[in-house]
Amino acid sequence: MDLAFIVLIQIVTSVAMLALISLGLAVIFGMMRVINLAHGEFLMLGAYAAILATGHGVNLWISMLLVAPVSVAIVGVIVERLIIRRLYGRMIDTMLATWGLSLALIGLVTMVFGNTNTGFSAPLGSIAIGDFRMSAYELFLVVFTALLMAAVFAVFRFTRLGLIARGTMQNPDMAAALGIAPSTVYAITFAVGAALSGLAGALIAPLAGVVPTMGTAYIAKAFITVITGGAAILAGTLSASGLLGTVNTLGSFLTTPVLGEVGLLAAAIVLLRLLPRGITGRFLKGSL
Amino acid sequence: MNAALKSTWGPIALAAIAALVACWYLPASMELFALINATVFVSMAILALSLALVWGYGGILCFGQAAFFGLGGYTYAVAAINLGDTTGAVPLAILVPAGFAALLGYFLFYGRISDVYLGVITLTVTLILFKFINSTAGDMWTIGQAPLGGFNGIPMTPPLNFPGDMSAMLMPDQIFVLAVLGLLLCYVIAKLILASHFGRVVVAVKENELRAELLGYDVRLYKLVIFIIGGAMAGLAGMFFANCVFVSPTMFSLGYSGQIIIWVIVGGLGTLVGPVIGCILLQMLTNWAGTLEGIDPNLVLGAILVAAVLLLPKGLLPTITGLLRRGDR
Repeated sequence: MDLAFIVLIQIVTSVAMLALISLGLAVIFGMMRVINLAHGEFLMLGAYAAILATGHGVNLWISMLLVAPVSVAIVGVIVERLIIRRLYGRMIDTMLATWGLSLALIGLVTMVFGNTNTGFSAPLGSIAIGDFRMSAYELFLVVFTALLMAAVFAVFRFTRLGLIARGTMQNPDMAAALGIAPSTVYAITFAVGAALSGLAGALIAPLAGVVPTMGTAYIAKAFITVITGGAAILAGTLSASGLLGTVNTLGSFLTTPVLGEVGLLAAAIVLLRLLPRGITGRFLKGSL
Repeated sequence: MNAALKSTWGPIALAAIAALVACWYLPASMELFALINATVFVSMAILALSLALVWGYGGILCFGQAAFFGLGGYTYAVAAINLGDTTGAVPLAILVPAGFAALLGYFLFYGRISDVYLGVITLTVTLILFKFINSTAGDMWTIGQAPLGGFNGIPMTPPLNFPGDMSAMLMPDQIFVLAVLGLLLCYVIAKLILASHFGRVVVAVKENELRAELLGYDVRLYKLVIFIIGGAMAGLAGMFFANCVFVSPTMFSLGYSGQIIIWVIVGGLGTLVGPVIGCILLQMLTNWAGTLEGIDPNLVLGAILVAAVLLLPKGLLPTITGLLRRGDR
C-alpha cells in the first residue's frame, strides 16, 4: 500500500517537474508561435541568478521566487528586441537563431562561472510517509507548480492584460487599430515566458545541480512536452506532462531510469504520429 | 543529354579536380595528426552534404541527421570487430542507417507529419538512441564480440583494410584519400540525382507539396527515398569518422545534430557545396576557437549561427555568388 502511494507521489512529482520546466516554453510557443530553443539556457540563467543572489546574502526564497524570474525576464526582453523581433512568422529561422543563442549563452556562462557544478541544497528537510521518507521540497514543488499554473490561467483568462495579449496574438493588426502596440505586447509576453523559465530553473536548481550545460538536459524534454501538448498553453502542458510524466515514472519503476526516459520519448513519438497537431490540436481545442 | 544534366557536369568536373588536388597534395604535406584531423573534417563534410540534400532539396528538416551518422559508426565498429575484416563492415555501415531511415521515414511521411513536428520526432529518435547507447555499459551489452561500452563508446575500432585482405590495414593517408573520394562520390551521386527526373520531382515537392501531389506524384514516396539516400550518406560519414576517432554516444548527441544544421544554414540552404564549405570553415573555426585563451568555442559558434540567421538568411555561398553575379552586370 505504502509502495503504491510512493509510486503515485513519484508520478505526481515527475508530472509537476515536466509541467514546471515546460511552462515558460509553452507560453512563448502557445502565444507567439515561437519555439525558443534557448529555453534550457533561460532555466540555467535563472538557477545562476538564484545562486548569485543567495551568495550575496539574499534570502533563499526571495532569490528563487523573485530575483531569478526578474533577471531572466530582463534577458528575455533584450533577446526579443535583438533577435526574435526580426524573425516573427519564420518559425524555423527563430528555432535556429535561438539555438545559436543557447550555444552562445552556454559559452558565455562557462567563461564567467567556469565549468563547475555549483548549487545549493534543498530547503525544508524531509517528511515521513509510512516507512518511506521523501523530501518536503519536492512536495512544495508540486503544490507550487499547481498554484503557478492556476495563476497563469487566471492572468490570461480573467485580467485585461491577458485579454489584450490573447487578442493581439489572434489579430495584431486589429489590436493595433484599437490603439494597442503589438510590439510591446510581444515583448511583454516573451518576457513573461522567460520569467517563468527563470523561475523554474531556480526552483529545480536544488534538485539538479547547476552547470552551464544544465539547460541541454531539459530543453529536449520541455520541447517535446510542449509540442505533444499542442497550441493550448495550460491544457496542452498539463495533458502532455501528465501523460509523459506518468509513462516516465512507471517505466523507470518497472525497468531502469534510462528506459523510463526512452519510454517518455517513444510515447511522445507515437502521440505525434496519432495527433500531429498535439493533444490540444484534437481535443480541448481553443482552450487556454 | 538534357540541359539539367549538361549544367551538372561542370561542377562535377570542378569537384573532381579539387578532390584530386586534395588527395595529391595534402597527405604529403601534412603531419599525421593534422591528416587524421583532416579526415574527420571530410567525414563531417559528407554528413553536411547528406543534410544539404535532405533538407536543402527535399525540404525535410531532419533534426536528427546525427542518428544515421552514429548508427553508421556503431554498425561499422561492431561489424568490423565481429567479422575481423572490414570488407563487409563498410556496406553494412551504409545499409543499416539506410534501413533505419526507411523505417523512420515510412512512419513520418506516410503519417504525413510535416514542419516542426518532423524536426521534433527526428530529434527525439536521436535522443532515444543517445540515451540507449549511453546505458549500454557492462558485459550484458555486447553484440557478438563487440562490447557497446556505454558512455565510453567502443575505443578499439579497427581501421579499414584492403578489401578481402584483413592483414593489410590502410595507412591514415590512404584513409584520407578514400574519405575524399567518398565525399566526391556522394557529391556526384547527389548532383546526378538532382539532375534526374526523380530529383526534379523531389524539388517540386519541396517547393509546393500540394501542387506536386495534384500533378499525380506520390509525394510520400519521393520524400522517403531522398530521406533514405541522406541516411545512407550519413552512415558513410559515420564509418569514416569511426576510422579516425572512435565511436561513442556523443555521435548521437544534441550538440552534433545541432552542429550539422548550423553548417547547412551558414553554408547555404539549397546548395550542395555551401554546406560542405560551411562545415569545413566552421570546424576549422571551432578548432581555432578551442585554442584561444578565455574564449569558449560555444560562444563563437552560437554567435555565428545567430548572425547567419539574421544577416545571411540565404547562407554564405548563395550570398557570395549573388554578389558576384551582380558584379558581372
